[in-house]
Amino acid sequence: MSGERLDGLFVRDVRVSFDGFTAVDGVSLEVPAGDIRFLIGPNGAGKTTLVDAITGLVRATGSVRFGDEELLGRPVHRISRLGIGRTFQTSTVFEELSVLQNLDIAAGARRSWATLARRRRGVPDEVAAALETIGLAGRAADLAGTLAHGQKQWLEIGMLLVQDARLLLLDEPVAGMSHEERDATGALLELVSRDRTVVVIEHDMDFLRRFARSVTVLHAGRVLSEGTVAQVQADPRVQEVYLGHPVDAGSARTGLEA
Amino acid sequence: MTAVTPAPPSTAVRPAPAGAVPPGRPAGRSRLRTLAGFAFGAALLFAVAPLVLSDFRLALLAKYLCVAMVAVGIGIAWGRGGMLTLGQGVFFGLGGYAMAMHLKLADAGPGGMPDFMQLYGQLDELPLWWRPFASPWFALPATVLLPMAVAFGLGSLVFRRRVRGAYFAILSQALAAAMVILLIGQQGTTGGTNGLTDIKGFFGYDLDDPVNQRMVYFIIAGTLLALLALTRQLIHSRYGELLVAVRDGEERVRFLGYDPASVKLVAYVVAAGMAGLAGALFVPAVGIISPALIGIVPSIEFVIGVAVGGRATLLGPVLGAVAVAWARTALSERFPGTWTYLQGLLFVVVVAFLPGGLASLWALARRRDVAAQPLRRGRLSLGRRRAERTEVPAA
Repeated sequence: MSGERLDGLFVRDVRVSFDGFTAVDGVSLEVPAGDIRFLIGPNGAGKTTLVDAITGLVRATGSVRFGDEELLGRPVHRISRLGIGRTFQTSTVFEELSVLQNLDIAAGARRSWATLARRRRGVPDEVAAALETIGLAGRAADLAGTLAHGQKQWLEIGMLLVQDARLLLLDEPVAGMSHEERDATGALLELVSRDRTVVVIEHDMDFLRRFARSVTVLHAGRVLSEGTVAQVQADPRVQEVYLGHPVDAGSARTGLEA
Repeated sequence: MTAVTPAPPSTAVRPAPAGAVPPGRPAGRSRLRTLAGFAFGAALLFAVAPLVLSDFRLALLAKYLCVAMVAVGIGIAWGRGGMLTLGQGVFFGLGGYAMAMHLKLADAGPGGMPDFMQLYGQLDELPLWWRPFASPWFALPATVLLPMAVAFGLGSLVFRRRVRGAYFAILSQALAAAMVILLIGQQGTTGGTNGLTDIKGFFGYDLDDPVNQRMVYFIIAGTLLALLALTRQLIHSRYGELLVAVRDGEERVRFLGYDPASVKLVAYVVAAGMAGLAGALFVPAVGIISPALIGIVPSIEFVIGVAVGGRATLLGPVLGAVAVAWARTALSERFPGTWTYLQGLLFVVVVAFLPGGLASLWALARRRDVAAQPLRRGRLSLGRRRAERTEVPAA
């Protein structure tokens, strides 16, 4: 996979409205190839909706390009085949299938009907590699429903890897994880970002400080601030949004500093 | 990608057991067991049943086995694919009518017309759409291909619009009702409420002869075994795994780059083909096809057998369908008024307390020792799925 093209994500003036309510109100951002970009913001800031728009789940205006491809206007499964993969806030692995079957299905969107009609024999190479990467090689035969919460999230990430996603959009990947699991997840993100572009929606500020390469803060459907972790943390507008009123720097402990 | 993880997530989990076995089916033993199972089934159907049962009972069994074929298809569409289809009677009927039309025309002889047409229709000549059915080369493939084509057309419209769950169930049921109304309304050319009755011959063989009835039974038993073999291949193929994934997380599958509509369409069309074949073989076995045999009530009865037996298993639908059909004959003779209620009660009880059907009892017993095994969640919600939470608010 190292030989593959590394692409960036270009979001230009994206708007999403539901029945008059504007959830995303003209967001523009650029995620350079190989970045680990964190999207943060209060509830209702439009983070998940933005990811929904990028992946084709909701209709949006504006432009979203990944590499040379325009994504808006394409159906979900076509966008996925361009190399865009996402996870959801609630884990959505196929619980009644084994870990191996989950990965095998994720790897197979380009399979012909003739291949589909036959049984799987052995373990495809990319699936074996992903099993190692996500640390679930020993549980390949177990039903995904029996995995612990954190393992399900890794399985989701593994499914994106075998799916050959070159842009990973992860919606709160470490929610509900233990400290060790968070560390392992962060290491996993750093590993996969070597040849992929990663966008993470996350509320966990400790996790953000440790693993974000850049941060975009959304508020009320707009980009409020953007930059490195330090730059964003120092931005008074961000502190205001998180605290609800202006603060003199240093006197208050914001959510960002906690 | 390298296999080296800086801080392997596996540190937080239990260590890998040595030599992880590829999941699914350990090939060798399971294949042997399957072969043994098929051999046992074949012995039962081809040797034991004809020896033990009277001609009358064997004819009944032939009828039940036709219902079982429909059940196998429902097992694929509903058990594996999550499409609760309450209208399989439509496809059963299409297959049945296609076969019956051919047999009626064959009975009438070249240039002849089926008896009922002169009676109710006062027609002077055969309607245009009946004519192709005079040829067995058209009629026989049509018994399977016609239902499949209708299922393809309907499925293409419905699955792409993401109609599913209870809405799909209701839609499929409405289709069964519409088909019955159409058949009754066109009495002159379809036989109306009576249907196509009094079928005497089957490709030159007299159906009144018990020897020929027995032959029809053997054809039905052989077909059922063939359909089971086909279904086993299907559910163990990669497609079969994908179908389960679509059942449990349609949206997730879409995000993996598949079009779930076409995955579901295949299962639905296969199920329709099986129902059509069942209908076609039902006609020589019973000698009649009529709206009462394909409407809403029989369509629901097909599903009840599948639910009772265990919809997600290979044999569950077959055993359930035969058991329910047998119980219906046995009990409705003795308590004609109460059978419908009993049947409804059976359905409710199974759905509420044993969503996996009787087959899950067997699986539970086998798994009882494995202490760590969590109880499986009920699977019968009319297609409600976790991933639907990610649904588009207004697509």
